[in-house]
Amino acid sequence: MRILLCLFLAFATGRALASGFALNEIAPGIYVHRGVQEDSSPQNLGDIANIGFIIGDKCVAVIDTGGSIVIGRKLRQAVVNATRLPICYVINTHVHPDHIFGNAAFKDDHPVFVGHDKLPAAMAARGGNYLNALKRDLGAATQGSEIIIPTLTVKDVLELDLGGRRLTLKAWRTAHTDNDLTVFDEKTQTLWLSDLLFTEHIPVVDGSLKGWLSVLKEFPGIKAHHIIPGHGQPDPPWPQGLQAESDYLNVLLSEVREAIKHRQTLQQAVDTVGLSQRNRWLLFDSFHRRNVTAAYAELEWED
Amino acid sequence: MKSFILSTRLALALGAMLFTTHAFPADPDPDPAKSEIWIKVKNSLFEERAIETSGNDIITLDTPVRAEDAATVPIAIKAQIPQNPEKYVQTIYLVIDKNPSPIAAVFHLTPDSGRADIDTRVRIEEYSYVRAIAEMNDGQLYMAMRYVKASGGCSAPAGKDQEAALARLGKMKFRLENEVALNRPNLAQLMISHPNNSGLQMDQLTRHYIPPRFVKKIDVSYSGKLILSADVDFSISENPNFRFYFTPRESGDLKAEVIDSSELKFNSYIRVEPGVTASGS
Repeated sequence: MRILLCLFLAFATGRALASGFALNEIAPGIYVHRGVQEDSSPQNLGDIANIGFIIGDKCVAVIDTGGSIVIGRKLRQAVVNATRLPICYVINTHVHPDHIFGNAAFKDDHPVFVGHDKLPAAMAARGGNYLNALKRDLGAATQGSEIIIPTLTVKDVLELDLGGRRLTLKAWRTAHTDNDLTVFDEKTQTLWLSDLLFTEHIPVVDGSLKGWLSVLKEFPGIKAHHIIPGHGQPDPPWPQGLQAESDYLNVLLSEVREAIKHRQTLQQAVDTVGLSQRNRWLLFDSFHRRNVTAAYAELEWED
Repeated sequence: MKSFILSTRLALALGAMLFTTHAFPADPDPDPAKSEIWIKVKNSLFEERAIETSGNDIITLDTPVRAEDAATVPIAIKAQIPQNPEKYVQTIYLVIDKNPSPIAAVFHLTPDSGRADIDTRVRIEEYSYVRAIAEMNDGQLYMAMRYVKASGGCSAPAGKDQEAALARLGKMKFRLENEVALNRPNLAQLMISHPNNSGLQMDQLTRHYIPPRFVKKIDVSYSGKLILSADVDFSISENPNFRFYFTPRESGDLKAEVIDSSELKFNSYIRVEPGVTASGS
């Protein structure tokens, strides 16, 4: 009896923790887990990005895996709870650690890891630093997190068949990073933009400001019923939901250009540009100064 | 049973998490004198010579406390004295303790530099002391230092657009920051388009390490006189950027010659006339 009780308690605890990992079926077969709007920390273990999976008739595609193996395991458990079908693909939308460090949780499923054509190079260049930072900032609980390089890469467009369900993966030119990939599900007209769209959470420039603004101009032409941003509330109005991000990036562009024209140093620009935007975004203080730095380094080479 | 295993794992993870929280107090900056790498660097560069550190009136160093972007950390070295032929800063060593190659740059200066101020941008691999050591023409040594924290996971000292960086390699730009005035220090900026990579990255297809490709030597002269000569490496950010002073005595050409680790040479110059703001490449 005591053993049974223990098992019951363990089972109940397991369920409770699994259900603590909230999941939303935003369209038939499309599940999204919302990350918290915080910096990665030992408390959230890197659960800061929107991640999820799509279930077809034959198998499942996981889209991003969270900021540590702990989050990856929770996501995997959520897949197991939702379906008996195998996981055939793990798609990484870009190189950032909050999207890839759960990959190792899926290794035993032997999925095909999929990413942008430039993702392997970015992982090679940054992986060591990302692992050091993970250990330093999130601690021992994230042990087992790994960089897993995609074996299937996308140079332009790639279609994946999940059985009665076709996903179209598109590799973009340099924007949020130099390895951004979007996923489109034809069945439900769901466009998984990941970090090419931030809502609520301040956008983060780690590729090219001008490139990102030009990519944003193409999005309104895409007909979609559901939109999944990398951070912030899913299903923003479309295409109006692009406006806030585009406004912020345009302010960065014009004010940094102005600073360079007036011969301000990088540090002066960082201290003055874009402060009017502070109240519009979460995590402004964590990322805005970085954005100005990146924009300055890019724009000083104009003309 | 599966759930049981899961919850055990989670319990372990939670335990580790609590442990970690306790293991990360608000760390005070470590003792700068006890940095092992610094002790080695110091012995190799200066042997037993004394270095004046606290509150010296020769050199200061400005860095952000947190590196917002670990790939592009602005560094400002400022001299507190003008470059007099009798007393001037002859060399500035820029050391980043925790970088794979801790001696980031060695700048050689002259009285014609006018002021021994240098602004540049560096990569910082991890939480580290950054040090600027000034060596005077009489051999005295003065050090300023700052502790810099790298800002988090997304921020890695790697390039943002690797292909674009290679495509523009070798392009250079000079800018004068104000109208040029003779016989006093004038601020100039030199920009070099170069990926400046460390070569520590592995090409995943060939499994070979990508060879390093970085700017190693920069010589700036004015009217044939040396202004600034720098030995640098991949601790300097992609697209190396330097602001420095020079004192023109007459109209002339400000010239830069740059050599990278593949022995490729790049040249650039700008014509300097009093009363004119100029930029060129």
